[in-house]
Amino acid sequence: MLRVVVRRLLQMVLTLFALSVLMFAWLRNLPGGPAIAMLGERATPERVAALNHVFGYDQPVWVQYGRWLGRMLTGDFGTSTSSKMAVARELSQAFPGTIELSFFALAFAVALGVPLGYIAARYQGRPLDSGVIIGTLVGVSVPVFFLGYLLKAGVAVRLGWLPPSGRQSAALDATHVTNFFVLDGLLTREWDAAADAFMHLLLPALALGTIPLAVIVRITRASVLDVLNEDYVRTAEAKGLRRQTIRTRHVLRNALLPVVTAIGLQIGLLLAGAVLTETVFVFRGVGWLLADGIQERDYARLQAIILLAAVVYVFVNLIVDLSYALIDPRVRVK
Amino acid sequence: MTLGALTERKQDRLDRLAAASAESGGASLLMDALRRLVRSPVAIVGGAIIAAFVLLAAFAPLLAPHDPGVRYDELIDLGTASHIPDHAPGFPLGADNLGRDLLSRLIYGSRQTLFVGVAATLMGLFVGVVLGGIAGALGGWVDAVLMRLTDVMLAIPSLLLAISLAALASRPNQWTVIIAVATIAVPIFARLLRGSMLAQRESDHVLAARALGVREHTIVLRHMLPNAMSPVLVQATLTLAVAILDAAALSFLGLGDQDTHRAEWGLMLGEAQRYLDVRPGLAIYPAVAIVIVALGFTLLGESMREALDPKNRR
Repeated sequence: MLRVVVRRLLQMVLTLFALSVLMFAWLRNLPGGPAIAMLGERATPERVAALNHVFGYDQPVWVQYGRWLGRMLTGDFGTSTSSKMAVARELSQAFPGTIELSFFALAFAVALGVPLGYIAARYQGRPLDSGVIIGTLVGVSVPVFFLGYLLKAGVAVRLGWLPPSGRQSAALDATHVTNFFVLDGLLTREWDAAADAFMHLLLPALALGTIPLAVIVRITRASVLDVLNEDYVRTAEAKGLRRQTIRTRHVLRNALLPVVTAIGLQIGLLLAGAVLTETVFVFRGVGWLLADGIQERDYARLQAIILLAAVVYVFVNLIVDLSYALIDPRVRVK
Repeated sequence: MTLGALTERKQDRLDRLAAASAESGGASLLMDALRRLVRSPVAIVGGAIIAAFVLLAAFAPLLAPHDPGVRYDELIDLGTASHIPDHAPGFPLGADNLGRDLLSRLIYGSRQTLFVGVAATLMGLFVGVVLGGIAGALGGWVDAVLMRLTDVMLAIPSLLLAISLAALASRPNQWTVIIAVATIAVPIFARLLRGSMLAQRESDHVLAARALGVREHTIVLRHMLPNAMSPVLVQATLTLAVAILDAAALSFLGLGDQDTHRAEWGLMLGEAQRYLDVRPGLAIYPAVAIVIVALGFTLLGESMREALDPKNRR
């Protein structure tokens, strides 16, 4: 087990290292080079040369890379050209929002997806099953941002049930400790602030959770079907175990292994979906920052976010793989 | 007869047998899958949607009542800042924000959407198949290097990768969209093909061919590749749906084709977000079109996967 962990960690470091080299190359090959990208229309040859000197772009490539990597590792991602704030500070405010949003989206997807998938498998081939499958196929075919707009226009604007945008009502003037707004409200006992932040999360989480929901339903269904046909389930039935015992101890427990993997993989994808959802709901998380950074050609910010996303994604995948080995003894043996 | 001549004859016969079995056996395997495919209602629905979509794209000039690029005075006159007409005499779906015929733009939009989806998928498929094929055929360090490369590409969530690639372009256009969407498909195709080639490498028919001294590239091209392609083709069908959706997402983020003169569903949907309060239909029609087409490719892809799955063979 330890050897596997070490090997996977090394692989992860290598992958991220290669990625950092690519990111660095990306930065250097920006249209017109980073100095021109920063100066924009004010670029003159003298200014470009001066800026290149200040930022060390006139040094050998490997020196530049070393410095750049050093800065990245110490959390110095540079200054955002659009907000004039340190990118690290921007991220420390926005990332908790995205984590909260992803958490609720995933919670919604799991809470609804696993039971739906299980029910579809139990009624395999019946209209209920077909209905669930068609629902999942339609679910993955709807553009996330369009679904977001429908929810926003219908539930928030027309019905007025939930707030259409933002992370929290500005009027509340809530205290922020961790930048997880719901948690902050609970910690500071500003219940109205927690409730308000939660209401702001509902619609974006629903939009963001649709695709994971569809994936989780399908995988749960397929996996339950596989397990239902296993010999040990038949044996359990033959032994005369109670239905309930068979379902929970024999079927669900084994069927959930692939579902755990699927959930883990969805965590990484949520980050990408968050770009679209957060833009629709003007929810100031990392995804919104990214979309805004694209409009503004804010390369320092884009770079930091993509690197952050990769680290999170690779790390989550690693944890999923390892937890899989912990849960399933058969994987451990190999 | 010398031993050499004997092996040569044997080799000849094996080649012929392999070719014959590739044809009849392969065909019967494929026919088998095809038979299951046409029996599946899901596949028929998916296929019908795609057929309708392709026909719409092919005959767009005949079907569209108006020129999609022309701003009609009668439509412009009907519209105000807070009103875009949703119907007018001769214009059943009314106008878009610039006074162009929405119906014609929707019909012509199928062309551009089909083109972007197909071009991105083919590009991704081609590069992925070449890389995966090389990795699977050669193995060893080539395989290791190529697979680490795909690891790096897969280390970024795919849409984020497409966004960062598209954001690189100083002037986004339809080709930056196609390249961005194709790139994220490459590692998936490469991994799939490599995996199924590796499974072939150790299989009996390849070992037999190798033992008989069939040349390596013949083994790879004639014995391994055809048998390894079916999961890749299934993936290609599913990728078409994803490509259309991702292209729409890029348009939405302002990274799509900047030429709004061109009618493309993703672009129309992205543009329409600004007029959502004035006329939601501008967004809803292209969105529904995208959903239907993406669903068509997904339905067909999923039923192909099911039909090719040996577990479902009866």
